[in-house]
Amino acid sequence: MSGALVVVELAQGKPAAVSLELLGLARKVAGQTGGAVSALVFSGDPDIAAALIARGADQVFSVGDPAAAEYNSDTWLACAERAATMTAATLILAAHTTKGADLAPRLAFRLKSAVATGCVAVAADGGALRFTRACYGGNARETVSFKTLPAVATVRGGCGDAVPADPARRGEIIALDGAMPATRLRVVERRRESGEQVRLEDARVVVAGGRGLGGPEGFQVLRELAGALGGAVGASRVPCDLGWCPHSMQIGLTGKTVTPDLYIAVGISGASHHLAGCGGAKTIVAINTDPDAAIFRDARFGIVGDFQNIVPALAAEVRALLSRSP
Amino acid sequence: MHIVVCTKLVPDPEAAFSMFKIDEQAKTVVPAPGLPWVMSPFDEQAVEAALRIREQQPGTRISVMTLGPETARNALKHGLAMGADDGVLLADAAFDDGDGYTTACVLAAAIRKLGSCDLVLTGRQAADWDAGVVGAGIAELLGVPVISFARDVRIDGGAVRVERVLDDGTEIVEASLPALVTVSNELGAARAPSLRETMRAARKPVVVWSAADLGVAPGDIGAAGARCVRERVFMPVKDNRCEMVEGASPEAQAAKLAQRLREAKVI
Repeated sequence: MSGALVVVELAQGKPAAVSLELLGLARKVAGQTGGAVSALVFSGDPDIAAALIARGADQVFSVGDPAAAEYNSDTWLACAERAATMTAATLILAAHTTKGADLAPRLAFRLKSAVATGCVAVAADGGALRFTRACYGGNARETVSFKTLPAVATVRGGCGDAVPADPARRGEIIALDGAMPATRLRVVERRRESGEQVRLEDARVVVAGGRGLGGPEGFQVLRELAGALGGAVGASRVPCDLGWCPHSMQIGLTGKTVTPDLYIAVGISGASHHLAGCGGAKTIVAINTDPDAAIFRDARFGIVGDFQNIVPALAAEVRALLSRSP
Repeated sequence: MHIVVCTKLVPDPEAAFSMFKIDEQAKTVVPAPGLPWVMSPFDEQAVEAALRIREQQPGTRISVMTLGPETARNALKHGLAMGADDGVLLADAAFDDGDGYTTACVLAAAIRKLGSCDLVLTGRQAADWDAGVVGAGIAELLGVPVISFARDVRIDGGAVRVERVLDDGTEIVEASLPALVTVSNELGAARAPSLRETMRAARKPVVVWSAADLGVAPGDIGAAGARCVRERVFMPVKDNRCEMVEGASPEAQAAKLAQRLREAKVI
């Protein structure tokens, strides 16, 4: 057994940024452990397969059946199990999203092995695979290894570097066709919440609000700033649970992981479970009325004050600055 | 209709983390001696989901189950006080030092032994190690379909109908029973035990099963069965270097922050 298999997710018809990071991570691990890097993608589009090869895949398992394009746990599991068996990969990586976190534990049990979820680092020290993950609400980290193979892991965004696209790279495309296994799950309805202009996971700037916003109206103020910066709006768990904003905006341990260049946390206390989703941002700015808020310990820049006054003023400053010299 | 809810007793996750210490030698997290232990909040919401189903389907039996030492009985007491009908405590020194795999093996064996179970509910992850592995593992071992991250769980004839959370919305998924569903925080707050139910809970039956009662293979439980090895536990390092941006007015603060962000080449 050798090599690594990456379960690829698509976003707006292209490989998601986190999946490209996982390919980069798989290349790095394969450099240590030997073996090929394989990708499993639920699309028959040859351009997507070519893009994955250019980004580091030696072979792409492409599932062209449109019935598998949307995530279905039973279908994806059967295909992942097939690809895992065909490649005999020692490492299987998926993104720590609602898809990956659903798929990976089941896949590990199917393959009679084990899984590390929500990893923030994957290392191969002379062939031994070690996984570091957030636990205790993001307050602690544990590093684990496995006695069994393959090692399955879900990895958070920002933990690997995507390989620059090299169109000269060669790779093999293997069509995984044949009848899809019978699924025991029937998807009755899907409701997309796609009000935002920029996808939260891909945004270079994220403006996020917490309990301190005091109500749903606060998010309108944040949207203005995000608009000025060309960014997206997110939230900590409290406003989502209170119904101030949809849960698809939730960033944190049980929400999304974002790794923007700039993260502006507004009225967010900075609990560890929130930081688990945004700690990988390059620059964190905190705006909070409480000078002792934990968020200031993680921030590069901080302002103590009322967001109702500061955020609109900042939006105006940013607009003025960008109009003078973008 | 028989629902089994798998629960875990954890040190209060709402407590400040200064109440916890990391023991690097023992490779574990040690809560302060006085810290209360509670049912993991996602598991509490799984009990809540079961209770909501029973309100729609009177006659439903709800069993709460937990694996752990004698003190784990408190998770069952809490579930019974919330309104569950009976409890199953899986206690045996042979279960110690296990992992997600061995825990799923023991819970699956206990669910099989109970027989007649139509629906298994668990929290999406336990609030201590945050792994989210055991629910899916139980389903795989029992060979039943699994639906994760539920925000609403309903029974419709012989099927379970779940609204589950996606990264960009929600979907409604159905599976025939028996099935397993993991519950997420989007389900909403769990009810607090009433005085009346708490009084009644003391008289509700709790069975205690050991490894021998379950007939689980010694190679599938405890340290011998664990597939995962914890190499290290540590706290992430923070580099306290926050620059507080001051100013005479919000506008002055905003202008200075914009300037500093421009200097740092962030905008």
